[in-house]
Amino acid sequence: MNETKDCFWKRILKIYGNTRIVSVCSLGYLGTRSVASTAAHQPKVCIVGSGPAGFYTAQHLLKNHQSLQVDIYEKLPVPFGLVRFGVAPDHPEVKNVINTFTQTAHHERCSFYGNVTVGSDITVDLLKRAYHAVILSYGAEGNRSLGIPGEGLPGVYSAKDFVGWYNGLPENKSLEPDLSSETAVILGQGNVALDVARILLSPVELLKKTDITESSLEAIAASKIQRVLIVGRRGPLQVACTIKELREMIKLPGSKPQLDPADFEGLKDVIEDLPRPRKRLSELLLKAAMEKPVGKEAERQAAASRCWGFKFLRSPVEILAKANGARAVGIRLAVNRLEGSGDSARVTPTEGREDVNCGLIINSIGYQSLPIDPAVPFDYKQAVIPNTMGRVNQAPGLYCSGWVKRGPTGVIATTMNDSFDTARSVLQDLESGQLDTTSAKPGYVFVKAVLEQQGVSPVSFTGWEKIDAAEIMKGKEAGKPREKLLDVAEMLKLARA
Amino acid sequence: LRAEDKVTVHFVNRDGEKITVQGNTGDSLLDVVIDKNLDFDGFGACEGTLACSTCHLIFEKDVYKQLGPITDEEMDMLDLAYGLTDTSRLGCQICLSKSLDGMTVKVPESVSDVRQSVDVGTTTS
Ligand SMILES: Cc1cc2nc3c(=O)[nH]c(=O)nc-3n(C[C@H](O)[C@H](O)[C@H](O)COP(=O)(O)OP(=O)(O)OC[C@H]3O[C@@H](n4cnc5c(N)ncnc54)[C@H](O)[C@@H]3O)c2cc1C
Ligand SMILES: NC(=O)c1ccc[n+]([C@@H]2O[C@H](COP(=O)([O-])OP(=O)(O)OC[C@H]3O[C@@H](n4cnc5c(N)ncnc54)[C@H](OP(=O)(O)O)[C@@H]3O)[C@@H](O)[C@H]2O)c1
Repeated sequence: MNETKDCFWKRILKIYGNTRIVSVCSLGYLGTRSVASTAAHQPKVCIVGSGPAGFYTAQHLLKNHQSLQVDIYEKLPVPFGLVRFGVAPDHPEVKNVINTFTQTAHHERCSFYGNVTVGSDITVDLLKRAYHAVILSYGAEGNRSLGIPGEGLPGVYSAKDFVGWYNGLPENKSLEPDLSSETAVILGQGNVALDVARILLSPVELLKKTDITESSLEAIAASKIQRVLIVGRRGPLQVACTIKELREMIKLPGSKPQLDPADFEGLKDVIEDLPRPRKRLSELLLKAAMEKPVGKEAERQAAASRCWGFKFLRSPVEILAKANGARAVGIRLAVNRLEGSGDSARVTPTEGREDVNCGLIINSIGYQSLPIDPAVPFDYKQAVIPNTMGRVNQAPGLYCSGWVKRGPTGVIATTMNDSFDTARSVLQDLESGQLDTTSAKPGYVFVKAVLEQQGVSPVSFTGWEKIDAAEIMKGKEAGKPREKLLDVAEMLKLARA
Repeated sequence: LRAEDKVTVHFVNRDGEKITVQGNTGDSLLDVVIDKNLDFDGFGACEGTLACSTCHLIFEKDVYKQLGPITDEEMDMLDLAYGLTDTSRLGCQICLSKSLDGMTVKVPESVSDVRQSVDVGTTTS
């Protein structure tokens, strides 16, 4: 940090460090509590990240507290996290949650500040000076790596990057995945794997009516991929996807399932006793594998030019490279043996190996949260912020919600429930006095000064709404719900117009 | 609308309180919750498009039997619902009719999944 900056911090901290209401008032800040109270001031809370966790935590806090102010900081100029950049373009109904989030953002005691990266533009320690509580809801921006030779070769991508590419995440706009081979292998059998498989196989006529980016649509239209293999390390009773997504795959226009009946032998009897969700999922899978399609479905499958299949009990051991080492041309899989049964079954690799020729390999074994600031405890082993009901362990005033709290699994409704839990913890701590509000906090006034010094100017929710309107207009011309902007500079320009 | 087009519904919220409202025949239970501004946190996140399970409701046994067939798509979403029971349905799929007048439906508690009650990250160093 250079000298002038150092001086600046000292000045700011002098003003706000002791958080005397007098000094804050002199800077234009007025306590908004109408009730004369010497004990408690308006609680000011900030949330880091504007995905479902951020918005649902904010919603619950605003609804259940009459004076609390919530400021949401987001790294990108645009809000909504994985609802915008994760949820598949052909699932627009899932994105309806955006309407509720927008209502929250319009709440008089809520503000959105986009284009602010916590950890680099402003530290968590400074946020703690500005707010009574800081809630970390920044999701999972990394991905689990395979840890096998050849992982970095061209032709191998993480699902996170691939999804980011077709969904218009600025950092992935130049991914240009190589779709020139016939077979693609996806590692992992969760819903993200199925999203990726569906996007690779869906007829372009369907995709072009979605908000998939124009450039990825072009690439997919020219794709040579005919077959997608979705590889799991465990067995058919352990697939991680859910039934709606599997049903969609089975019915996917232009594609047929290719499942090996041998993989499903003897499972019929076991299925009977499984809990309802697993039972229905397994029944559907078994039906697709064992029953010969009849009538219309038989015709449909016969006419399908593309196919997909599950491969079970296989773990990746090595990416096979072209003779000159320039790119991936296949993958070597270890044959596993299943030990135990049910959801907790585990595998041990055998000596057996199987090579699969494929020019596209997508690693979909999970996202991963990353630490953003040394001031926040982080459990590297589980890749979460260690917490108890959303209270960050050994860090009073810090809370967390969403994927960074629980790990990168769960649908939006799961994230909603855990965010409500975290909000409840914050409210309890306010009530009990554990969160000390006897001194006033400056909130955004303080942050604004810090950001100005850093040369960062935040995007307001109104700014986002300008970007939103421009995207929708651009989409209209192409007959799609929106055409996402891919360039942060362009977003910023529009937001400030 | 005439009085005979009104259907009385008693909701029991997550705190066990009973809330009685009147809806119009043909409206879904999700419509009723929204029209009457009933304050059930997180209810109806996908706005009735069968893309989530947040409008999950629990019915009385005999009422449940009258509700009419359930599609695979609704079953698929119910599979992900918290606190699923044998008489669970999604509120967005149930339309009011005179024969349902006076029914009581329960909003399930949002018991989040088990993983959450376990403290994350406290066991490792
Ligand atoms: C590919 C994919 C598809 C999915 N599809 C569905 C679906 O169809 N239905 C469903 O119910 N669930 C779906 N999910 C799950 C759902 O997206 C998650 O449950 C949910 O998004 C998690 O919310 P979150 O707020 O914790 O994280 P996120 O949604 O990731 O939000 C985190 C936010 O924090 C911001 N951020 C990160 N770092 C910083 C920083 N340093 N400073 C400031 N801000 C920061 C990010 O930019 C982001 O906006 C999907 C998940 C994935 C990965
Ligand atoms: N439409 C939707 O509702 C939708 C869409 C997308 C995502 N989501 C949700 O978002 C969450 C994240 O999805 P996800 O697909 O990334 O994660 P996921 O559901 O946890 O699936 C991860 C997959 O990777 C496998 N895997 C993990 N580690 C591995 C390893 N080291 N080697 C080999 N395989 C490994 C897992 O197998 P094991 O089971 O053996 O660990 C599993 O098959 C999920 O909760 C999902 O439901 C929902």
